[in-house]
Amino acid sequence: MTQSPLTRNIQGNGPTDILAYEASGGYLAARDNIGKADPADLLQLIKDSNLLGRGGAGFPTGMKWSFVPPADGNGHRYLVANADEMEPGTFKDRLIMENDPHQLIEGMLLSAYTLAADVGYIFIRAEYHLAIARLRSAISEAEQKCYLGDRILGSKYSFHLQVHISAGRYICGEETALLNSLEGKRATPRAKPPFPQVSGLWGRPTIVNNVETLCNIPHIVNHGANWFKSLGKGDNAGTKLFGASGRVKNPGCWELPMGTSIREILEVHAGGMQDGYMLKGFLPGGASTDFLTPDHLDLPMEYEAIQKAGSRMGTGLMVVLDDRACPVGMIANLEKFFARESCGFCTPCREGLPWVQGILDKIEAGHGQAADLEVLERQALFIGAIGNTHCAHAPGAMEPLVSGLKYFRSEFEQHIHDGRCPYAGES
Amino acid sequence: MKSELINALSRAEIDAIEAEITHLPDRKSAAIDALKIVQSQRGWISDDSLSAIAKLLNMSAAELDGIATFYNLIFRHPVGEQVILFCDSVSCWLMNGEKVCSKLQRTLGIQHGETTADGQYTLLPVTCLGDCDHAPAMMVGESLHHDLTVDNIEAIFK
Repeated sequence: MTQSPLTRNIQGNGPTDILAYEASGGYLAARDNIGKADPADLLQLIKDSNLLGRGGAGFPTGMKWSFVPPADGNGHRYLVANADEMEPGTFKDRLIMENDPHQLIEGMLLSAYTLAADVGYIFIRAEYHLAIARLRSAISEAEQKCYLGDRILGSKYSFHLQVHISAGRYICGEETALLNSLEGKRATPRAKPPFPQVSGLWGRPTIVNNVETLCNIPHIVNHGANWFKSLGKGDNAGTKLFGASGRVKNPGCWELPMGTSIREILEVHAGGMQDGYMLKGFLPGGASTDFLTPDHLDLPMEYEAIQKAGSRMGTGLMVVLDDRACPVGMIANLEKFFARESCGFCTPCREGLPWVQGILDKIEAGHGQAADLEVLERQALFIGAIGNTHCAHAPGAMEPLVSGLKYFRSEFEQHIHDGRCPYAGES
Repeated sequence: MKSELINALSRAEIDAIEAEITHLPDRKSAAIDALKIVQSQRGWISDDSLSAIAKLLNMSAAELDGIATFYNLIFRHPVGEQVILFCDSVSCWLMNGEKVCSKLQRTLGIQHGETTADGQYTLLPVTCLGDCDHAPAMMVGESLHHDLTVDNIEAIFK
């Protein structure tokens, strides 16, 4: 039995069509379950599997699904795949959608059946042209074989799936902003409650799951909760798409057991640092996760372990800071991104992030003052506090700043003392 | 009112927008789709197009403009034949993306937000293109270019 279920069809020789997907065991779970299995049993299976959402937050998928009210027959129920991959440093969902699009379709079909959803959307960023073309072609193949559409595989169950191409903006990855965008509105996150499970798309029950999360479903249905749990090395179940970018020898994305050590990912799979560069720190899972340092290399990539170390596993795709890149410059780059991508609805985010960005730019340009670091720390408290804003954008933005001030404080102070960036002219 | 609409939007555009509306619970929900349909024909959304779409969807031009200007891939100004989306996120930054982008700006003689004099290219920054293992990366039209350096960027535009 394959231990790399998500990438078993991905060998770099083009996309997997429906025949190749079926030949590798694809749609077996659909044929065995659609119209036959009790959705309540499937929900219990997903709960038992301990699958945690792969989009960054790590929320238990089964629990998320369990908040959907029973079908009332009064209108549509929606399942949305969040394919709006835009977290800086993250390039995992594109790998699956371009190379094995049927895996996402089957994952959505089984999930929708479990949730009694009749309409599905794949909300995908517009820049993913190849993934869009391959998903559309795969959907049409699946419709021809009766895996999608009315009365699927001769059952009474119907599920219609379509690709929705976004018009841009990082904030669309936030699930309630995504729903507003699908409704044709500005993508401002909604205040919660109500949660989307109860009142989502056009006020109807809606589940939004990350692409990688949904792709795990067929394998759990085929092989069971215990098999899925056994794939992880430690506390977390399953495999995960991990990766690294920055000055490593072999940047890339690999499917590895949950709990694989950071050292193995960076030194074995990513091949260690490029010659002439040393590891200074890294963001474990995208722009909105706290810096960790070489002291943390032996931690397992698991939600709790990374959280205990003061960060978050996030998307699991690491961004590596080397010793010849300026940490202040890197944090200024991150905060410029967060400031630009704020939707502008909540004041601490709209006003606070550009303020922080301005101070960081000033320090990097050699015009910083000692008091600037206190202002940054105070701002981080206001902007980063959960509850001051509708969504996690602003708190996420503060994670690399607060941890950067902790681990690289002497570098901030040196910029201010010397009146210049000590790395100017490097790289 | 009908003729005014047809003057600002083509019959094909109106038909495409109406087709989207049939899948949706109300006309306003087609706002972003409608903007994309018109932009795909004309390259950008003029004030006239905006007003015509708003009328077609039974919403105010101001409300529609609030939506149009929210999204970075809806253009409210004319753009070149091809839009260059240059990633300015962190992985590309770590791999020298800023210097490569400066070289591109000198090569084309434009800054972010500007269009070349021959109307060929418009340059815009974009959030992470999900190609970080080949940073720095950019899209030119629908083509992805990656592993960019100050030495190889010029050749892409020859």
